[in-house]
Amino acid sequence: MAIHLSSLRSPTQTFVQRTKWLLILLGMLPLARLAVGFPLSWLGANPIEFITRSTGTWTIAGIAITLSITPLRKLLNWPWLIRLRRTAGLLAFFYACLHFTTYLWFDRFFDVDDVIKDIIKRPFITVGFAAFVLLIPLAVTSKNSIIKKLGARLWQRIHYLIYLIAVLAVIHYWWLVKKDITQPVIYASVFAVLLGLRVVWKMRSTRTRVKLAAPPVTKGSRS
Amino acid sequence: MLIRRPTDILPSEITSHSQYNARREWLKAACSMGLIAGLPGLSACEAQAQGAKLAGVKPNATYGLPEGEKLNKFDELKSYCNFYEFGTDKTDPPANAKSLKTRPWTVAVEGEVLKPKVFDIDELFKLAPLEERIYRFRCVEAWSMVVPWIGFPLSALINAVQPKGNAKFVEFVTLADKAQMPGLRAGVLDWPYTEGLRMDEAMHPLTLVTLGAFGEVLPNQNGAPIRMIMPWKYGFKGGKSIVKIRFVEKEPRTAWVKAGPSEYGFYSNVNPTVDHARWSQATERRLGEFGKRKSLMFNGYTDQVASMYTGMDLKKFF
Repeated sequence: MAIHLSSLRSPTQTFVQRTKWLLILLGMLPLARLAVGFPLSWLGANPIEFITRSTGTWTIAGIAITLSITPLRKLLNWPWLIRLRRTAGLLAFFYACLHFTTYLWFDRFFDVDDVIKDIIKRPFITVGFAAFVLLIPLAVTSKNSIIKKLGARLWQRIHYLIYLIAVLAVIHYWWLVKKDITQPVIYASVFAVLLGLRVVWKMRSTRTRVKLAAPPVTKGSRS
Repeated sequence: MLIRRPTDILPSEITSHSQYNARREWLKAACSMGLIAGLPGLSACEAQAQGAKLAGVKPNATYGLPEGEKLNKFDELKSYCNFYEFGTDKTDPPANAKSLKTRPWTVAVEGEVLKPKVFDIDELFKLAPLEERIYRFRCVEAWSMVVPWIGFPLSALINAVQPKGNAKFVEFVTLADKAQMPGLRAGVLDWPYTEGLRMDEAMHPLTLVTLGAFGEVLPNQNGAPIRMIMPWKYGFKGGKSIVKIRFVEKEPRTAWVKAGPSEYGFYSNVNPTVDHARWSQATERRLGEFGKRKSLMFNGYTDQVASMYTGMDLKKFF
């Protein structure tokens, strides 16, 4: 079945719904790999480390995917993509929870005192933990009824936190690698582009608004 | 009259390079399977191939399995490696080190010694009786293994070259060959990778010139054909695929000290009370276990090595 490109501008309700389920399904693949790979020893000689790394990586990737939805929507002119954003964001949160649980369980063995000390003492844990904690209000306020209760403006303000979370997550990654910073640099660049696009668009729209508010006095100037 | 004589060798009779190499590979493989190990005239191929069993190795009873410990699996040693010359991921060296050529191989021993010498690797295999020693192996990244290494004490080699009085340190220089080591393209460390020991550490009976593990020649990804093992120090102190051993007067600047002087010290003794700048060294994960163990001072070798560091502030000389 060929999908005509123009039909992707305004697809049917069913199509959007199915795409959402497809995203959830794809989002479960990294977890499935861990769940199947663990008993089958696919995860190497240090499976706990593998799980910690994998869930961390997919959290950052999930945040990057979430943040790429708005730019993609504009660039492709596919307004409906916005309806996948919450799913992507919740998937990122899901992996953040797995990542934190792995740390809590297999690195600290639920020793709360120890965890608190670790969070205070180790800067990379501090920023990682901060990023995780800041994700919680975003996840909690993702239900339609809550969005309505909060009002779009306040909801939007809370959700601007995602930019800070993205930065903290990359710092967390950067500070934990021993020497080879290739991977964190890649994610930092992706976030730089995604945040940079927003800054550029914001600046442009402000300029347009200023122009609209005060139309040029001189005749014949281009606007 | 011109008499045409046929050329002595027909071009078709000349063994091509690839054929020649293929035969060498076949010989190596045959050696490793023990098919032609006993044939005379082929001794040069002994201990060449990956997976070849090392003959005549005696277990050193002093360094048997430490109490309460269990040997790790050979597979764990071979599949989980830090050898940045082949890539920074643990699984890069097993994938990329296959092509490492460990013959011909020489180790130049030079510097402040009376008898500098370039040793052929096969000469080193015969320099001293090969012994098997089971050591704990603790990585600075807070994971560990228990490994039966094969080798001989470095002191045997040191005695053979007779260091001068002003030789205070030993520096180990390892292979940095871009053609064989894809990781060198990344400027992660200042290549070649170098390491060093103080003279008394180098002479210490625990310090092992390592040529094998688990009964076989050292796997390429673990530093074939020759590496160092000092069980009371973090693993990175043991340089892999060594090509030069230099006796020097001043403390050498090692690769990891250059990379992060606040995170890696020259001594790098296993010390649960002195944390890495970014992570804790109090506990470690033994590969194969889910819990974490408390790390031991000097990795459990305090009785043997602590006297070398009396009076030293180990927080300062970490």
